[in-house]
Amino acid sequence: MTTNPALLLLGGALLLPLLPARARPAALLGLPLLTLAAVWGVADGAQLAVTFLELELVPLRGSSVGRLFATIFALMAFAGALYALRQARLLEQVAAQAYAGGAIGVTFAGDLVTLFVFWELMAIGSTLVIWAANTPQAYRASMRYLLVHLFGGVVLMAGIAGHYVDSGSVAFVAMQPDSLAHWLILVGFLVNTGAPPLSAWIPDAYPEASPSGAVFLSAFTTKTAVFALLVGFPGATVLVWIGLWMIFYGIIYALLENDMRRILAYSIVNQVGFMVCGIGIGTAMALNGAAAHAFAHIIYKALLLMSAGSVLLMTGRRKCNELGGLFQSMPLTAACGIVGALAISAFPFTSGFVSKSLIAQAAIDEQLATVWMLLAAASAGVFLHAGIKFPWFVFFQKDSGLRPPDPPWNMRAAMLLFAFLCIAIGVYPAPLYALLPFPVDYQPYTVAHLVAQFQLLLFSGLAFFVLLPLMRRTETVSLDLDWFYRRLATRLVRWLLRHGDRAWTRLVALLGRRADDVLAGLFRTHGPHGVLARSSPTGSMVLWVALLLALLLLAGYA
Amino acid sequence: MAKPQPHWLLRPATVRRLWLLFAGVLLLTLVPDLFIEQYDHFGIEGSFGFYAWYGFATCAAMVVVAKLLGYLLKRPDDYYDD
Repeated sequence: MTTNPALLLLGGALLLPLLPARARPAALLGLPLLTLAAVWGVADGAQLAVTFLELELVPLRGSSVGRLFATIFALMAFAGALYALRQARLLEQVAAQAYAGGAIGVTFAGDLVTLFVFWELMAIGSTLVIWAANTPQAYRASMRYLLVHLFGGVVLMAGIAGHYVDSGSVAFVAMQPDSLAHWLILVGFLVNTGAPPLSAWIPDAYPEASPSGAVFLSAFTTKTAVFALLVGFPGATVLVWIGLWMIFYGIIYALLENDMRRILAYSIVNQVGFMVCGIGIGTAMALNGAAAHAFAHIIYKALLLMSAGSVLLMTGRRKCNELGGLFQSMPLTAACGIVGALAISAFPFTSGFVSKSLIAQAAIDEQLATVWMLLAAASAGVFLHAGIKFPWFVFFQKDSGLRPPDPPWNMRAAMLLFAFLCIAIGVYPAPLYALLPFPVDYQPYTVAHLVAQFQLLLFSGLAFFVLLPLMRRTETVSLDLDWFYRRLATRLVRWLLRHGDRAWTRLVALLGRRADDVLAGLFRTHGPHGVLARSSPTGSMVLWVALLLALLLLAGYA
Repeated sequence: MAKPQPHWLLRPATVRRLWLLFAGVLLLTLVPDLFIEQYDHFGIEGSFGFYAWYGFATCAAMVVVAKLLGYLLKRPDDYYDD
């Protein structure tokens, strides 16, 4: 029987704290590599089937698209562990491995129940990763983050239950948003992509994590959701427009933002928008594009966050207006950040170029003129908000006078590895194309395409520098729909606490004598001294338990 | 003691040269449009320098929209700290 690769990381996470500290680095780096090998040992099709509560579960199913995502997740777990090796707390390292294990479990899930279990494991693992930053801000952000994901989980579970009632099967196969149950599943998936209206959790929570924590967070949750959409809802047209919304939301908010890692968090929403849009287009070319872009994106986004994390670790600063000029003393961090920035901008000879082009080509093939025009504008906008803005404000602009050195060797090694992959995939895309779910008949490197991309990006760059005065950094946050739960809801509760008392007395007076009597009766039994509210000592509880057991015994013999 | 020179990349002369270089590269990207045929699937992107003006114009639009939305959306960054 083939082992489930996810269990290697999940089991490893449980054992890690028990290992002596000396053995941990080997385990942290070795487990992801073992997992990678195991991923490639899983053949196509159902490998394990069990019946549980009359549900036909397939906890391990191999597929080309699952293998692609599992491969990059395992690679990410390795590079992330290397980056976090000497700086992160044990809690974060353990949680990150479990988190990666959950993500890989989803990619092999052949049924919706298995998917749900791993989905929720990811929610817990990722919350703990944020928690490990050990600051009050991170704790509060992690609780908001958890609430969003538990909500998404509940919606997803309701959808799965409805789907089972409708169809009698929990197999994870392609669906269409054609019933309430399927809509609920779709919404459950979309919550984890950062789709509207719940996008704010990404820029709220990720930048509060530790330098390495944000790297892990950027990779798994949103891309697992992309995988789930890719398998579950290919060609659902609504995704085209949701994706486009995410793309422009990410650009506009990133342009307004001052915190360097929050800029990158907004740009996750932007990049996932490209993938969601591709899944909505739904042709073989588009789905290939979404899958390839997810693969490439994990690498360059992690690289960008590693670069930003190194800056944060070495300077303790996170706001663009307090940074600048760091290229002088952190050349390697700056160079790797620039490689990541070029890749996210789909610069020719980087990974983003060979992956994003597939999605644009799919829009052309399908004659979707509006979509294609918007995607082209968005490509220019990516260069604007992430490709230039991040490196410019962090490493160049005015000289902040800071002269920190590059980070320790393990962090440098992780950055170099991913910077290498960004360029390698861009120069030689054939191995990535071979991994894609459908055969690829596409050549990104034509003269016309190169000229078009250089014009688009370089003139966007010109726009950036010409309009720089309009982009002066301000020490601000931008309102988002999270205002409703971060501001309105807390204000409401406070207001209720303050004015509730008076309103209550008035209400009772209004209802008259009868209500008074009912309340007095309730107070007698449930009030602070009421029989039913009494906090009984342990002894009496034991007595009652003994009595109950005796009754059970009697009932058993009777 | 003389004031330490700023990094060569930050000297005004270098910055001027970099702008000239950038302008040269920008012009260079336009040259091929005279000789090669861009695909024209939608009746607009085959025109001369389409990607150049389209990239510039859409970026300018996005910056302006962001700036305007900023007046509406921006709050001091301790807005939620209470």
